[in-house]
Amino acid sequence: MSLFRTCPTTGLQVHRTADRLIQANAVAATVALLIGGVAALLVLLTRWEVVLLLDAGMFYRMLTVHGMNMLIFFIIFFEMAVLYFASAVLLNCRVPAPRTGWIAFALMVIGALMVEWTMWTGRADVLFTSYVPLRAHPLFYLGVILFAVGALTVVGHFFGILTIARREKTYKGSMPLVTFGALTAAAIAAVTLLHGAIIYIPTFLWSLGLMEVDPQMYRLIWWGLGHSSQQINVAAMVSIWYLLGALTVGAVVLNEKVSRTAFVLYVLFISMASAHHLLVDPGMGPAWKIWNTSYFMYMAVLASMLHGFTVPAGVELGMRLRGAAQGLFGWLKRAPWGDPGFSSLAFSIVVFGFVGGITGVTFGTEQINIIAHNTLRIPGHFHATVVSGTAMAFMGITYYVIPLIFRREIAFYPLARIQPYLFALGMLIFSMAMTFAGTFGMPRRHWNASFTGAVFQPEFSPAVNLVMGVMAVGGLIAIAGGAIYIVVTVVSVFFGKKMAADDSGLGAEGRGLPPGITHPPRALVEEDRAALGPSGRLGPVPGTMVLVFIFLAAFITYYFVNWALLSFLWEVG
Amino acid sequence: MYRTGIEPPERIWWKKIDRHEKVWVWIAFAWCMVLFAMMPIWHLRGGQNPSGIRHRVEPADYQARVAEFIQEYQVGTDSGFPVVEPPPGSDVYLQATSFSWIPVLRLQQGAEYVLHLSSLDVNHGFNLYPLNINFQVVPGYDYGLRVVPNEPGEFHIICNEFCGIGHHLMVGKIIVEPADAEQGGDR
Repeated sequence: MSLFRTCPTTGLQVHRTADRLIQANAVAATVALLIGGVAALLVLLTRWEVVLLLDAGMFYRMLTVHGMNMLIFFIIFFEMAVLYFASAVLLNCRVPAPRTGWIAFALMVIGALMVEWTMWTGRADVLFTSYVPLRAHPLFYLGVILFAVGALTVVGHFFGILTIARREKTYKGSMPLVTFGALTAAAIAAVTLLHGAIIYIPTFLWSLGLMEVDPQMYRLIWWGLGHSSQQINVAAMVSIWYLLGALTVGAVVLNEKVSRTAFVLYVLFISMASAHHLLVDPGMGPAWKIWNTSYFMYMAVLASMLHGFTVPAGVELGMRLRGAAQGLFGWLKRAPWGDPGFSSLAFSIVVFGFVGGITGVTFGTEQINIIAHNTLRIPGHFHATVVSGTAMAFMGITYYVIPLIFRREIAFYPLARIQPYLFALGMLIFSMAMTFAGTFGMPRRHWNASFTGAVFQPEFSPAVNLVMGVMAVGGLIAIAGGAIYIVVTVVSVFFGKKMAADDSGLGAEGRGLPPGITHPPRALVEEDRAALGPSGRLGPVPGTMVLVFIFLAAFITYYFVNWALLSFLWEVG
Repeated sequence: MYRTGIEPPERIWWKKIDRHEKVWVWIAFAWCMVLFAMMPIWHLRGGQNPSGIRHRVEPADYQARVAEFIQEYQVGTDSGFPVVEPPPGSDVYLQATSFSWIPVLRLQQGAEYVLHLSSLDVNHGFNLYPLNINFQVVPGYDYGLRVVPNEPGEFHIICNEFCGIGHHLMVGKIIVEPADAEQGGDR
């Protein structure tokens, strides 16, 4: 068998090692998603106090399992697959060090297994953040270190593939935008994983009784890992947005300069976000907090607001180029809403921006954090970013990774079509209910807000308890969406119908084939600009122009309402 | 000629931006500057800032300071916890340990206090319920916050940083006496 295969859809030369590394990492990610999902269900059914399923000890244990599996194992394994895809596959390049690739993968799996063992056996009931001086079994910290070293190796490998592709001239011109985005994700990953090493190695030694670790210093550096790794997710997610746009509707890039500059802003400023978790901490002063929480004057927020324009604008222009040019929103009306890749993309952008982004910037404001820190508002925010945003985008791309890389058709396609709708709707209800309950001071990471057995008894109003019920319903809908995803992907990968070798080139029709590639807009029109006709007062992408101003209005409103809420409190300072 | 994000563009991609796209870039930039300016402005004009007086402190020293504080101003007990009523303008010490807040505080509406927060063991979270004022309580650090209670009533302190299996039991109390009741007593 040849070392390479030619992708019948794109004509790219795909190194089979890249195929296998992508497959292995994607499978590991799905296993972590399954474990984290089961834990999610148990945690949810406990916080829904009508059920109160687990006892306190088991609740915190499952919360630890949920956090580690979702935020570390699922996301990072998936990102490793994305790195191989964006480099070796998109650049037409070989994987230079297959053995290193497999050793890195093995390190990550061994690290993950060590962490799983300590968590499931009750040796690491310290939650995802494992704040010192809460103490876990040394193997918990060692497992994280091994996992991080493995991931760091993949990042290095990725940089190696980029260098070789350039030297061997496997592509013409500059690297594609999606690869460029993945490159920024990898750069952020290098910084992040370094923070992980800096904090977990001393903590590992501390757990063996060999040295001291200052609790405030731990929080500072740990969040250099904990929050910055969410910024890997953002950069990877935005790259996937461009990728999904290209695959589903042939979305175009309006201006490479704007999109790439925005990615670079992420690399430069986003790792300052550790401060978001330390705004009401005693260790730092106001100047440090303001400077860092704003990522040097909100330059990383600017980056996200640029992508929030360019991605939908690319989709709009792609749709207009293929003829859907009627009115402001004709392109949205005629978009392929039945394609799970496209619906995932659309929901990922909307929920990430409107719920996750706006709440994130607002809660990350130094003073407003006083009314948000450690309440349910925080998980409300990050379930909208990392789940409805990142995980949703990752799920969406899977519907193309399975046909293109695993060479299998998607099984149960009608189920796959409704999956993004269920998942997005559930997560939207869930995260908004969480955010709302948090506004009333509902604590996060809390077994029982009825305070059973406590000396003093604060009482939440029945309205807040009702909101917690709504949260549970939203969570259950989302978990159903997640379960469908796992069933569809597992059945497709192991039992799905094999894709035929030659029925998927230009103009081909078929389930799971990326219409953006088989039917590119450029095949339909000769002169791009001419086809669009003269652009009106709102420019070439009028629909997106209107949408971004609706977004800005929502942002401004939510932001200043929170300042107003803050101003009613006791004076404090 | 437009390209998708998965096709390599030409070598030089630094090109002029469309006028409409440029408008959004500048509006977004201006909004970021507003976001940034709001924080220093609130330090100058606003009443709620997490600045505080911040020191390192040995847990044992802090514990001794709290004991001294309780001894000086204790006025009774509530459910086994000392109730302490410090004079307006004084330093008030609250101690977090797994799984209790010590002591119960009685404060005057409209008076200013410096509320000190620290932990003797692990991280804890200070949440003043139902006002929803939140601060992180870190062992080894004394966080002194100037507070002015602006309404009377009974408030609870909920621990909102995971501190162990009894985390949900960790509830404290602050009572704020109305300002006019105090003046009435004086007359």
